[in-house]
Amino acid sequence: MRVALFLTCVNDTLYPDTGRAVVKLLTRLGVDVDFPTAQTCCGQAHYNTGYRHEAEPLARHFSDVFRDYEAIVTPSGSCAAMVRELYPRMGARARTEGRGDTLERVLAPVVPKTYELTEFLVDVLGVTDVGAYYPHRVTYHPTCHGLRALGLGDRPRRLLRAVKGLELVELPGAEECCGFGGTFSVKNPDVSAAMGADKVRNAESTGARVLCAGDNSCLMHLGGIMTRLGVGMRPVHIAEILASTEEAPSA
Amino acid sequence: MSTTRPGTPGPPPSSRPDPPDFPAFPRAAHQAVRDRTLRGNLRHATHTIRAKRAKAVAEVSDWAALREAGKQIKDHTLRHLDRYLEQVEETVTAAGGTVHWAVDAEEANRIVADLVKETGQREVVKVKSMATQEIGLNEALEAEGIRAYETDLAELIVQLGKDRPSHILVPAIHRNRGEIRDIFRSEMGKWGRPAPEGLTDRPAELAEAARLHLREKFLRAKVGISGANFVVAETGTLVVVESEGNGRMCLTLPETLISVVGIEKIVPTWRDLEVFLQTLPRSSTAERMNPYTSMWTGTTDGDGPSAFHLVLLDNGRTDTLADEVGRQALRCIRCSACLNVCPVYERAGGHAYGSVYPGPIGAILSPQLRGTASEIDASLPYASSLCGACYEVCPVAIDIPEVLVHLRERVAQGGPATRGGNKVVLRPAKGHTAERAVMRAARWALARPGVLRGGQRFVSRTRRFHPRSLPGPGRAWTGTRDLPAVPAEPFRDWWQRTHGGKEGPR
Ligand code: SF4
Repeated sequence: MRVALFLTCVNDTLYPDTGRAVVKLLTRLGVDVDFPTAQTCCGQAHYNTGYRHEAEPLARHFSDVFRDYEAIVTPSGSCAAMVRELYPRMGARARTEGRGDTLERVLAPVVPKTYELTEFLVDVLGVTDVGAYYPHRVTYHPTCHGLRALGLGDRPRRLLRAVKGLELVELPGAEECCGFGGTFSVKNPDVSAAMGADKVRNAESTGARVLCAGDNSCLMHLGGIMTRLGVGMRPVHIAEILASTEEAPSA
Repeated sequence: MSTTRPGTPGPPPSSRPDPPDFPAFPRAAHQAVRDRTLRGNLRHATHTIRAKRAKAVAEVSDWAALREAGKQIKDHTLRHLDRYLEQVEETVTAAGGTVHWAVDAEEANRIVADLVKETGQREVVKVKSMATQEIGLNEALEAEGIRAYETDLAELIVQLGKDRPSHILVPAIHRNRGEIRDIFRSEMGKWGRPAPEGLTDRPAELAEAARLHLREKFLRAKVGISGANFVVAETGTLVVVESEGNGRMCLTLPETLISVVGIEKIVPTWRDLEVFLQTLPRSSTAERMNPYTSMWTGTTDGDGPSAFHLVLLDNGRTDTLADEVGRQALRCIRCSACLNVCPVYERAGGHAYGSVYPGPIGAILSPQLRGTASEIDASLPYASSLCGACYEVCPVAIDIPEVLVHLRERVAQGGPATRGGNKVVLRPAKGHTAERAVMRAARWALARPGVLRGGQRFVSRTRRFHPRSLPGPGRAWTGTRDLPAVPAEPFRDWWQRTHGGKEGPR
């Protein structure tokens, strides 16, 4: 199977460790993963801030880069949701605006084969025990787009429960948004930070040392609040936990 | 009385009310987030009702089907609204009522004030109604020397406290019991029967004080004013759904009843009520069935009011209906479930939304009903993290995040819209010029992997010089959060150097 990693622009620039973890994990599971270097950004930030027309060329570019792969895997619930949920909507809007079905047709091939990482592992590869080892107490925050747009359900938790040495503790108020919300975090900084602080306090109350999630942008926001509040926890992307083994543990 | 009908071309309304003069959402929220009492009150109230709603909804095995049916009934009605409006006029008139058409708030207020004056009365009792709040009816009547008494417990608290409503269902949700007791003690006497001596903050005592205070108003009032949850087109029947019973009093005791109803409240048939009378109470108060459902069809001799007036209110609704994405907001049945699950509402409070419609639904309704010209209305589409909790609970499946993003586009980019019945092309709102430039530049760079890579490298190489806090606009992030550390090299450089770790060190 020709599998492409769509790392996302945020991870590529700020969280290369997450990318290395996905490559390590998928390789260990026997997947030959490629990183097409022409990839950039799915256009989500543009779209959600009200710049749909600026997002369109980015979506076209995404399709150009990825359309020939059999599966596209991304360690981001919100970027996966952008492709799966919003690309079709973008195409349909262009059509109702009298711009024909070109955009719809260009984007259609990538929509059904774009998977969020945990979805790819559980649904496509059919594994929940990925042979990982991570001797820490962990709590898991389901990010909104993974939870509500993609319907990831308990897939991430099932994967985490199968990790050797990992103690998974339930996060109170888990399904509440962390307050990141893309440009919301800077357009409404007070409310965003208040939501984030509540999420961090809830995470702290579990006694876990690691807050795990499947989206680094949410974790960037929460991590920034953790250090500011002086909370003794760190944010870790689920890929880094699943990639960790006894021979090559990640921190 | 006016004969202007929604949808019929006429002169553009000369007297649209001035745009609301509230601060932009982030500024209002800045205060609210720091108000510990308010945060505590809202957190407690919304989390309690949230959990109850979830339980009440989980009991219904065909909830998803009911939700879909509600959506379709509303969409069908909205698509044929011209036809159903005419049917309502016919059936209500045939049943002995009089139908009035109001194109905007000012016209609706004028119609109601004139109707009250014709009765010679100077007082009216009111059933809780969002439409009359929306048009500012109480204030308009006050200006004409007519006193309107709110009879819903929470509305009474708001009225006595000279406050603004902050929730659709529980307008005084921002008040706790102690605050309510203080308001009753100091204000009730000015409006009628004073609060009993030694009133405490026990809920039963507070309710009893309100009951005694209101009873004399019900018995005296000759004119009642209401809204309606539904208007059944086939028979001209109005429906009010409530929990307290005060509504039933206002709808039956007075001689004249005036109902102000938004044109989107119509359902075609009685059968359609089957759906909404299941979904509304469970979504709203988490009740299986609300205690009081009042339905009336015109007038009946010797039973209830002898005169009935229906004021059908447009006030921006046909403009909203003209917008393909935004029109779904008109499906709203005002259950307030979206407010109760909204993490932004919980922290910013209802007043920050600068409208009688707070929370997620307010954020998509106000900028459509009022337009996006004012500071508050232009800021509302951004008052959401797009977490989607509102869409998930909405009993008529309004995709609130979708409409929010659509309205962001209208604010940031301008574009076609309908205002006052006329097609217009809006200019982008002020203050988005820099953002537009950034978005365009980012799109340009991101469509070119080489440029992206150059930027990443620059950021990586200069990382030793990055501050943890930013000046200027960057403070919006670093005022409350640290910045992430920038890695030594972006992923793509590692990939090219090692071919995905196949060569060289991992
Ligand atoms: S938008 Fe939906 S959830 Fe919100 S008040 Fe209206 S019907 Fe209820």
